[in-house]
Amino acid sequence: MTTVLALVELTESGALASGAASTLAAAAKIGNPIAIVVASPGKGKNVAADLGALGAAQVVVAESSTVATALVTPSVDALDAAIDAHKADAVFLPNSGDGREIAGRLAVRRRTTVLVDAVDVAKGKNVLIATHSVFGGGFTTTSEITGGIPIVTVRQGAAADRPVAGKPTVSTVAVESTSSSGVIDSTETLASDSTRPELRGAERVVSGGRGLGSAEKFALVEQLADTLGAAVGASRAAVDAGFVAPSLQVGQTGVTVSPQLYVALGISGAIQHRAGMQTADTIVAINKDPDAAIFQVSDFGIVGDVFTVVPQLIAAIEAKR
Amino acid sequence: MKIVVLMKQVPDTWGDRRLDTSTGWVDRASSDPVIDEINERALEAALTVAESAKDAEVVVMTMAPGDVSESLKKALAMGCDSAVHICDDSLAGADAGLTAAVIAAAVRAQDADLVFAGNESTDGRGGLVPAMIAEYLGLPHLGTLGDIVVDGSTVRGVRRIDGGTQAVHASLPAVISVNESNPDARFPSFKGIMGAKKKPVVTLALADLDVTAPAGRSAVLSTTVRPARSAGTVVTDDGTAAEQLADFLVSNRLV
Ligand SMILES: Cc1cc2nc3c(=O)[nH]c(=O)nc-3n(C[C@H](O)[C@H](O)[C@H](O)COP(=O)(O)OP(=O)(O)OC[C@H]3O[C@@H](n4cnc5c(N)ncnc54)[C@H](O)[C@@H]3O)c2cc1C
Ligand SMILES: Nc1ncnc2c1ncn2[C@@H]1O[C@H](COP(=O)(O)O)[C@@H](O)[C@H]1O
Repeated sequence: MTTVLALVELTESGALASGAASTLAAAAKIGNPIAIVVASPGKGKNVAADLGALGAAQVVVAESSTVATALVTPSVDALDAAIDAHKADAVFLPNSGDGREIAGRLAVRRRTTVLVDAVDVAKGKNVLIATHSVFGGGFTTTSEITGGIPIVTVRQGAAADRPVAGKPTVSTVAVESTSSSGVIDSTETLASDSTRPELRGAERVVSGGRGLGSAEKFALVEQLADTLGAAVGASRAAVDAGFVAPSLQVGQTGVTVSPQLYVALGISGAIQHRAGMQTADTIVAINKDPDAAIFQVSDFGIVGDVFTVVPQLIAAIEAKR
Repeated sequence: MKIVVLMKQVPDTWGDRRLDTSTGWVDRASSDPVIDEINERALEAALTVAESAKDAEVVVMTMAPGDVSESLKKALAMGCDSAVHICDDSLAGADAGLTAAVIAAAVRAQDADLVFAGNESTDGRGGLVPAMIAEYLGLPHLGTLGDIVVDGSTVRGVRRIDGGTQAVHASLPAVISVNESNPDARFPSFKGIMGAKKKPVVTLALADLDVTAPAGRSAVLSTTVRPARSAGTVVTDDGTAAEQLADFLVSNRLV
């Protein structure tokens, strides 16, 4: 049986981070998934049941007294030890900021490399083959690692079959961390609106751009998103102007989304923005410039003012319900 | 203080970027190569730190096939003191692991106090190389950093993390990778452009470096192109456009 380690991250409040489901689902496609939770002593066990529901056969809580202060390295140490302890054949991590840094450091220790941002995985001759979506979905590639243990980061929200839920065995190990690392002084979590779906992996997304004009007027984007049950996104110009938090940026250097429906409001459709959303099934755009590039990729476009059209649209949708 | 800035030349994101479907590598002929925008920010951040430090020296370093002289000239004109270009035919198609092993060897030879990188390249989007280099060198790494301040032998800043921010610090020597909140690059002055011509550019081959390559390597197995999207209906708002869009959403079962 192939043994796969799946690192799961916890949020500041100790709940499972959103990448856990896709990481475990991908790991389960390759072999027997062992979820590794790295936490301060006494803080990790409460997620075991949630991990069972996501398909973990076994949960290992790696307790480290430096988790809250040492950047990234406690997880590297925990995974490095777990590879030997469980004779693992592969390691999966979420393709989050920290996930990639952990993967990179771990790869150097194990003299191997990383397959980054997999949108899917399949069994292969060298344990596994990963599929990637490159240049804004313009290309699809597959890749594998030869000569070393495969380490894979999995795109958060990547579609995968949900594995069979079970009741995992839970064990605890202590991790000694001696690596030199950066020091965490404080962490600030943005108040997240839990009633709205998360941008990564959302089935519907409504994004706003510089055309919204101000942070106050950006509320229009949120109103349409709530009418459609959609996540909220933004262009880089909207982020730079301070309308919304950077984590909502869609595009080349932001989040890549591939929803059923993407609505772009007051977004010109620069190539770098399109790189993050052009694989959506259906694209709708409202922009007052008839030459806006966003119309080149839209299934339904309206040349008009968002402040006129969007309120009418919300009323029309509500009337049809 | 000695600072090394890691600069990657990438296909311009404003152009039509392609992969070579036979090798799976970036097709470098299909669009203009430029300094990756995030590395321009890294250069700017490094030069700003250097300006307020005593006897600071900034080295721009890149590993790339072929000619990168224009990009290096720009970095020198911005204010870097010298450039290192690692270039070797045997590095063609190098993955993140090999790239980091080679760059780490070259950085070690520089004995730098600070290494600046971008948090993620726009072609590979790996976001791996800086952390890997830090691991090779046994150094702390502050990733996706903004608000960068160097104070004596400490570097501090604010990381962008999923769902929030994190205030962090590390003692030097350290590796940092910058996020998009860092300022845009300065324009080289006329004096800078003239002075760049006299600054040293060292080219290194693999044999010049003490590299222990990783055993595991990644290989691209297949590359396929996705057909481009075509435009659909565009209507000009005459007062009924919202109603038409609502009908479109209903008939496509999107509401
Ligand atoms: C390396 C690099 C990476 C980048 N990464 C990203 C990225 O990840 N994501 C991203 O989005 N961008 C990215 N960009 C920036 C990108 O090039 C554009 O600058 C950005 O997407 C523009 O945002 P925008 O469409 O909101 O603003 P603008 O281009 O200014 O467009 C605003 C639009 O709003 C319309 N408008 C104004 N008022 C109204 C109104 N009342 N009603 C209707 N329409 C109105 C205007 O006609 C215009 O088309 C990147 C750039 C580079 C160089
Ligand atoms: N070939 C290279 N030469 C110089 N710097 C590089 C190279 N590859 C990656 N880097 C640095 O590492 C950062 C992140 O790259 P990546 O891990 O490829 O996303 C880049 O922004 C550069 O600063």
